[in-house]
Amino acid sequence: MENKPGALMRVTGLLSQRGYNIETLTVARTLDPTLSRMTITVDVEPNIRAQVIKQMNKLINVLQATDVTECAAVNRELVLVRVRTGQQTRAAVLKEAEIFQARVVDSTTEGFALEATGDPEKLDEFVGVMRSYGEIEVTRSGVVSMSLENKKLRLAPPVRFGSGVDETLELQHVD
Amino acid sequence: MTNSSNLLSGAKILLECLVREKVECIFGYPGGVTLPLYDALYEHSIRHVLVRHEQNAAFAAQGYARVTGRVGVCCATSGPGATNLVTGLVDAMMDSIPIVAVTGQVSTKLMGSDAFQEADTFGITRSATKHNFLVKNISELPQIVHEAFYVAGSGRPGPVLIDITKDVLQGQAQYVPVTEVHLPGYKVFSEGHAGQIRRAAQMMWEAERPFVYAGGGVIAGNAHDELRALVELLDAPAVCTLMGLGALPAEHPNFISMPGMHGSFAANMGMSHTDLMVALGVRFDDRVTGRLSAFAPHAKVIHVDIDPAEIGKNRHADLPIVGDVRRVIPKLLAEMRELAPSMQSRQSAARRAWWAQVREWKTEHPLAPETSETEIKPQHLMAEIDRLSGGRAIVASDVGQHQMWAAQLIRFNEPRLWINSGGLGSMGFGLPSAIGAQFARPDKLVFAVVGDGGFQMSIPELATIANHALPIKIVVMNNGYLGMVRQWQELFYNNRLSEVQLDSFPDAEKLAGAYGFKGRTVDSVKEMPAALEEAIGEPGPYLLNVKVSPFENVFPMVPAGGAINEMVLRPPQPVEV
Repeated sequence: MENKPGALMRVTGLLSQRGYNIETLTVARTLDPTLSRMTITVDVEPNIRAQVIKQMNKLINVLQATDVTECAAVNRELVLVRVRTGQQTRAAVLKEAEIFQARVVDSTTEGFALEATGDPEKLDEFVGVMRSYGEIEVTRSGVVSMSLENKKLRLAPPVRFGSGVDETLELQHVD
Repeated sequence: MTNSSNLLSGAKILLECLVREKVECIFGYPGGVTLPLYDALYEHSIRHVLVRHEQNAAFAAQGYARVTGRVGVCCATSGPGATNLVTGLVDAMMDSIPIVAVTGQVSTKLMGSDAFQEADTFGITRSATKHNFLVKNISELPQIVHEAFYVAGSGRPGPVLIDITKDVLQGQAQYVPVTEVHLPGYKVFSEGHAGQIRRAAQMMWEAERPFVYAGGGVIAGNAHDELRALVELLDAPAVCTLMGLGALPAEHPNFISMPGMHGSFAANMGMSHTDLMVALGVRFDDRVTGRLSAFAPHAKVIHVDIDPAEIGKNRHADLPIVGDVRRVIPKLLAEMRELAPSMQSRQSAARRAWWAQVREWKTEHPLAPETSETEIKPQHLMAEIDRLSGGRAIVASDVGQHQMWAAQLIRFNEPRLWINSGGLGSMGFGLPSAIGAQFARPDKLVFAVVGDGGFQMSIPELATIANHALPIKIVVMNNGYLGMVRQWQELFYNNRLSEVQLDSFPDAEKLAGAYGFKGRTVDSVKEMPAALEEAIGEPGPYLLNVKVSPFENVFPMVPAGGAINEMVLRPPQPVEV
């Protein structure tokens, strides 16, 4: 979508006005600084999904909205976990972290702060495992997604504004 | 005039852009932050019509747009001025009417500080508009204005708001006329898929009981001639929705009136029994379909609409065609004509039987206006207006029972004559939209048909009407109640009439007289036709207060949650014990 003020609000507003709960949301600039990419995880029934995508495509700021629930895509998320450890559990926690390829970003006598990335299911397991060791605090970043299919972004061409505008506003398309 | 080496104020630049967009008329109300704009408007070629409430500026802009097909323009100041436009914007959104609303905003440096008359107009109107813009930089202004008009008037039309800060209106810049509008995220699909069109033509010839369901999209697309050609070639019965009345002339032999909650018996039975529904520029609104699970159970649906999100939204489209009806229908006709020699007479027997059935439904329960010797029946009033209009007058309606009777009983032989708030159903719409319509078509006879409820919501605009001596014929269908709500209370709430009695209605002659024009109350059925003729004969505005039977109900009626073939056709009759 266009990297403009209000664009983000339009997309989330569209979902909230229909009562859909947004579970995760990430947005950032793309290579083109005038454009952003947004990845949203929404709790919505499959038959409503197509309608939601169509409504998003109607938004002027949105260049293209796609449903990647069922396509070939890479989904990644980052999680930061702070876990309290006792003397006995320290080594075990470190071993678990190694299994999940998590990094230790902080270490104190009371416990660790760990960072892990992966697809959401792997991170769910990681958090579950860490929980079993004691009190934890979790912050998740939300999912970013990249489709592995070759799809070109189809944009609308510019429209010439001239003196030949008739009443039904049929403007000439610039090729 | 101006050349590009001159510096112009933001306000002047805005007006230059409006002139390039061929805007002739703006409906508005000034305020603090729009002072620079109003100074530039002083003695400008663009005509500004001063309303008496901003809500009516939006409704008037809509009336203008609905009657001409061009983009209507309204203008309000910041804060309360802008928020007063919201109802009119949501209304335009629901009915897909092209308007551009220009609102002032406090200076950029004051935004967010709860300044005087500040409101988050951009945020508030985000979901009330097709798109909105906030201009904080004068260099963006021309581009934004032309983008706004393009978005409002193209594809599926809709309202667009431009919020301009006071410092932009006051600032100075070189004006460079825009040559191109580029909105990469805004795609308009007008052509329709050739393969789908061909398949649709085949389906239409193969159908045994085809039925055309046409609506507001045909009028928005200016495709009434194309619709007529299609209906005639296919020789199918056709209905027009509340938003589509006039798309097919009411007097056309294939026209079967309006379908839906208060539609005719024949229209609803036709919709329910068709095997091929040709849906053109419609959205399968709940007022038309009734309970969706029971709607048109035997029909395959061909759905042509310019908005891809409408296709499949409420009813699965067996043959979807995304495109502008004006571009698609001629292609359909071409395909049908090519296939005609081999396919046209295949279903002649079935078609004859279908027409016989439809005609039987029409004669079984026609929309015949009731009359009485002793009181003025509201249906009789509408039939009289119809007689005097002859299918040619502009009728701007408010919302309620009178709206339904007007839609059922007044003929419209052309599009853009019937003006009403369909999707949102905003009371207070009738009078201001009639104002917009009269400015757009000074040559036309314009009726404002309103109820006593809706009329009282728009009384301030009597001043606008008097000010410009607009020859609008205001006919108040006065039953002393908030009629439609009372009807529902009678039918579904055990006749517990809670807060629907509209007492203390003003004396029409005195009220109109207070504004300097003619008014009259009529309650005798014998005098009613002559009173209408007197109103029409009056060269200036006229307020005719017609006292009608208070407890009439609109029939047929499909109760909420009902199927459209299960209509209530008449009031329950007392039973012999």
